[in-house]
Amino acid sequence: MSAIGELSTITRRKGPMTKEEKKANGRDNKAAYVFLLPWLLGLAVITVGPMLMSLYLSFTDYNLLQPPEWVGLDNFVRMFGDARLHNSLRVTFTYVLVGVPLQLAVALVIALVLDKGLRGLPFYRSIFYLPSLLGGSVAVAILWKQIFGTTGLVNQVLAMVGIEGPGWISDPNTALGSIILLHVWTFGSPMIIFLAGLRQIPVMYYEAAKVDGATTLQQFWRITLPMLSPIIFFNLVLQIIGSFQSFTQAFIVSGGNGGPSDSTMFFTLYLYQKGFGQFDMGYASAMAWFLLVIIGVFTAINFIASKYWVFYDD
Amino acid sequence: MTKLQTLPAASSETRKTGKSPRRRESPGSLAFSRSARIKGLIKHAILILVGGVMIYPLLWMVVSSLRPNDLIFREPGLWLENLEMSNYTDGWSALTHPFGHYMINSAIVVLGSIVGNLVSCSMAAYAFARLQFSGKKLFFGIMLLTIMLPFHVVIVPQYILFSQIGWVNTFWPLIVPKLLATDAFFVFLMVQFIRGIPKDLDEAARIDGAGHPRIFLRVILPLMVPALATTTIFTFIWTWNDFFGALIYLTDPDMFTVPVALRAFVDSQSATSWGSLFAMSIVSLLPVFLVFLFGQRFLIKGIATTGIK
Repeated sequence: MSAIGELSTITRRKGPMTKEEKKANGRDNKAAYVFLLPWLLGLAVITVGPMLMSLYLSFTDYNLLQPPEWVGLDNFVRMFGDARLHNSLRVTFTYVLVGVPLQLAVALVIALVLDKGLRGLPFYRSIFYLPSLLGGSVAVAILWKQIFGTTGLVNQVLAMVGIEGPGWISDPNTALGSIILLHVWTFGSPMIIFLAGLRQIPVMYYEAAKVDGATTLQQFWRITLPMLSPIIFFNLVLQIIGSFQSFTQAFIVSGGNGGPSDSTMFFTLYLYQKGFGQFDMGYASAMAWFLLVIIGVFTAINFIASKYWVFYDD
Repeated sequence: MTKLQTLPAASSETRKTGKSPRRRESPGSLAFSRSARIKGLIKHAILILVGGVMIYPLLWMVVSSLRPNDLIFREPGLWLENLEMSNYTDGWSALTHPFGHYMINSAIVVLGSIVGNLVSCSMAAYAFARLQFSGKKLFFGIMLLTIMLPFHVVIVPQYILFSQIGWVNTFWPLIVPKLLATDAFFVFLMVQFIRGIPKDLDEAARIDGAGHPRIFLRVILPLMVPALATTTIFTFIWTWNDFFGALIYLTDPDMFTVPVALRAFVDSQSATSWGSLFAMSIVSLLPVFLVFLFGQRFLIKGIATTGIK
């Protein structure tokens, strides 16, 4: 079961513990906490402590040199009137709402083509998977910067058929599109999750459908899609959470400034500039908490909407 | 593992290409077989086309790194007339230190992170998978939630913390969190794996008088080698590629890891030295590619079971 599946099982199962459960629960306390010690320490010092600290800092003005100064809701009020921040939200939403569905659609289509006992499957799978391992690296971002440059690979190819392409990453209209394309290029890992999911669908369902005279398309809509919906949901949740945090590609392709004219200024890039460029730590913390809320809301919407389209076999 | 690599028998039987002498065609299926073969050809054509387009930029980067600089901007093909190694020698020594220096820095961080993740995550996973303790469900839920937590909400205070203890421009901020099992997806991956190990083995060891440390070290750890391998490989790739952490904590060129060194390279060079930039990019991707080549089955198994990237 996936992490998300586990989480919803835990939250679903409520009610008081039985006496036996209570008794069993405490059985290995001492040993358990010894084994958990590094994790508990990390949870306190690296995760929960800093989370609370950043919540506190979001209500302060802090530049690392002077002690934090309490300013109440000032940072949030500033965010409300910060046009660059609004733009960075638009850029990020565009990236997530276009890039994620597009990437998952490609992943699903390729997985479907690969699934039905095709010869050479391991070879194809490797080819499609490789980009998702390399896609997060600075090296590939550098490659992208060249490919979509004015005299880059794409325009060289276009020139061969007589088209003069724009400077993809130097034009504010296409710069974000080039980075979205980089995201789509890394469809390999969701594809592998889809492939694993397709294997779980019992062959007898298709056999029964064939006996009843269902067409391939009907089989897809009535069997494959419903049976795969938990996996699609899982991919959707993970990819949305991950995409909101994208940073490296936009940073390298734009040379660190989110340009041209802020067209690739991701929310995380702006946060980095505020926090680690201008050392406006209070504002950066407020932004970070805002990001957490956005991701939380998106995930919640996803979970609520899933009741209407995700089909659980059990 | 095998589930992913070998196809279910049923579906491979429906594929009647007729090429294998052992697979006789039943009478009347000839027409079906021909259309199936055409369908197969179309599929292969699509896959080769898509795969070719995807892989082309990478191949082109490799070829371009072996070309004189000016050709990079007017030669979209993959033909090489002669090997130009100067991009590699130039690129290697283009920054303050030879590029090998940054690779060693990256290797240190990677090694520390691997050891950290293996030790701390396997311990936590053993507790979650095998021990009964109060607060288990709560902690397990928290652990799963931290997988999905965006690191931005912790990065500012973490930076303040590490800068106050004087760890900026050391590798500690990149390694210590791994020693404390903050990469929770590996805990989850290992929990999943340990749950699949028969409990009888623990019981037998317990009857022989073994305590938890002994069961963990002698029974569970040796059996969870595949999960440890997956963790090692993913930690390697992610840490090797990690840009954000290195960007924040490593500002001294002496301490640069490969990604920040490459970034410094992009910033310092004018558009004329793409050849050496490509050359060093390829050098930086090479370790990841090798790990991919040899560790692929662990990677695929790891993604398929936990859905990590």
